[in-house]
Amino acid sequence: MHTELYNEMAKSVIDGEVDNAKNLALRALVEDIEPLDAINKGFVIGINDVGEKFSSGQCFLPELVMAGEAMKAALTVLEPEMAKRGTERKVLGNVVLATIQGDIHDIGKTLVGIMLSSNGFRVYDMGVDAHIDVLMQKSEEVEADIIAVSALLTTTMINQRTLIEQLSKSGLREKVKVMVGGAPVTQDWADEIGADGYSEDAIGAVIVAKQILGH
Amino acid sequence: MSKGIKSISNPHISINILSQEDIKTIHNKTLEIIESVGVRFPSSRALELWEENGAIVDRESQVIKASGNIIEGALKNAPSRYTLAARKSSQDLSLDGNHVYLGTDGCGVEVIDLNTGERRRSKLDDVANIALVADYVEEIAFNWVAVSAQDFPPESRGLHELLAIWENSTKHVQTESVYSIEEARAAVEMAAMIAGGKLELRERPPLSIMQCTTSPLGHDGGSLDAALTVAEAGVPVGFMTMASCLTTGPATLAGTIAVGNAEVISALALIQLAYPGTPVFYAAAQTASDPRSGVYTGGGPEDFLFGAATNVLADYYDIPLSMGAFATGAKEPNWQAGIDNSFSAFMASIVMSDMLLGVGLLHGSRIWSYEQMLMDCEIFDIVKQMMDGIIVNEETLAMEAIKSVGPGGNYLTQKHTLSHMRDLWLPKYMDRRPFSAWEKNQDGAKEWAKQEAMRILDTHQPEALDPNLSNELNQIIASVERE
Repeated sequence: MHTELYNEMAKSVIDGEVDNAKNLALRALVEDIEPLDAINKGFVIGINDVGEKFSSGQCFLPELVMAGEAMKAALTVLEPEMAKRGTERKVLGNVVLATIQGDIHDIGKTLVGIMLSSNGFRVYDMGVDAHIDVLMQKSEEVEADIIAVSALLTTTMINQRTLIEQLSKSGLREKVKVMVGGAPVTQDWADEIGADGYSEDAIGAVIVAKQILGH
Repeated sequence: MSKGIKSISNPHISINILSQEDIKTIHNKTLEIIESVGVRFPSSRALELWEENGAIVDRESQVIKASGNIIEGALKNAPSRYTLAARKSSQDLSLDGNHVYLGTDGCGVEVIDLNTGERRRSKLDDVANIALVADYVEEIAFNWVAVSAQDFPPESRGLHELLAIWENSTKHVQTESVYSIEEARAAVEMAAMIAGGKLELRERPPLSIMQCTTSPLGHDGGSLDAALTVAEAGVPVGFMTMASCLTTGPATLAGTIAVGNAEVISALALIQLAYPGTPVFYAAAQTASDPRSGVYTGGGPEDFLFGAATNVLADYYDIPLSMGAFATGAKEPNWQAGIDNSFSAFMASIVMSDMLLGVGLLHGSRIWSYEQMLMDCEIFDIVKQMMDGIIVNEETLAMEAIKSVGPGGNYLTQKHTLSHMRDLWLPKYMDRRPFSAWEKNQDGAKEWAKQEAMRILDTHQPEALDPNLSNELNQIIASVERE
């Protein structure tokens, strides 16, 4: 059943064809295919394939990012339909992600977002210069499992500590794990400020996120 | 006593990296980018200036679009030559296109401790110690803030770093660590006291300031405000692009050069619109991201090509360049560090980049190593010797000696040999011992560089800053901390 369509879906992700992925998702709705099946038997097969090839060095980062974009385009079509039907995609966790208050450097943060979402996390990307209270609010609103914050400057890195302090003060610290990253950030710094996880790069961030949530 | 400064001048070798036509094309495309795509200037002061000067300003996105006429007109006011002053005038740096000066790298966050060999977080003491070693070493012409004083609060950290350097080195300071109006004002005030007054600061600035752009095609608001603040006082200011092929720049080298060029010349044009004639400089450290992971590489053939290409651009605009060289991606002083830093230093020097950044940092400018610092200085020394080239004349052709030795024999006892043997280059850290001598301890460059750094730290007495002046500078910092 629908094997050909599922294959096309996987291929659209592998080729990083955003428009194609979106159209195939729409076609699934027209042909009355269960959205969850379209995701799991079609698109996810594609993203897993790219993920594996990326890990073994056959695929480059741009291919992974484009696959992630295609996947996102398909999910944007399918998720509202799933909500209507009362079904839900299994996610590994909700992540509120941002470049910390005072800092506008976003490339690393964005890569972490792409890696996390293509590996089964639901990511709420709050952009750059994200104020600590906004992050805390969002974290409560979406019942985040992880808040992940990056910093490129030693002067803004300090705000990673402030975030953890504020979370503790408002009693939210127990509810959410905190991950930190960014060029000047080290494991030593993560330990000192009491962060739950640290990774040097986006690939490592996925491993760390899975670890701290016990997956 | 501080020694002299060793710089590269009067080069005798050259390369051809971009034709005049290439440069003209890059320039025209750059203007097209600024005019049609625009550049983000997230500072109300900057946006006002652009508006006053006829650029199209979108207040919401903070993106400006300026015509080529505005950019070219503004850049015409930038001086092509000026002097970066030192506390000692004999160490002043003449940015005249005929000198390559070497600085320390910045701004690292960790230090490999000389005593313990352990890697640890950087602090103010490290800034002071690095400046002291840099003060001693002839190859180093100016200081960058090499590591971050993370034991001081972020709002005044950049000022403590400046003071620590001035207290330990008489050489020029170029800071890349002042990011706010408040800090910039205080830095200007401090620099004016070092220079001996506001007018003297304009004539012989002991401080210059470098800000990073935010690639692609953007700037940081605090950096822009800080740059405008120091420019008003006549302190030289530069903008550095670190656009990186694949991530913050297009995958192709020419595309990344164009994006970075748009960032830098738009910012320099802004400074000229605000304060025409203020000394400015081009700064760049473009690189390529690793296609497998997207990480910053800090080396590789792309870096080396950027190193040579950028000065051709800066020359086109007729302004000095501060060029990122060295700064290996290697984790420790090793084979990779040697390759990265040799090629990058050579390629940036051979085109006569005015300032070279910089020695001492590993892992993409994150980890300070005194060993790497001194070995990098040796690389610079080799480049300098190569750029002196091969001089051909009666004396260097040594015809008399050749005739006198004849076929067979040797030149060891010739007068000509005695008068020229000291022209030959000598290493400080390269191992030229017999194998058996090496075999005993199996030591080498790294160990010797470490010993030398320790010796300098133990024995070198930098020319002290007047204690009263130190005191007053401290008060300026304290006033920022009270606010």
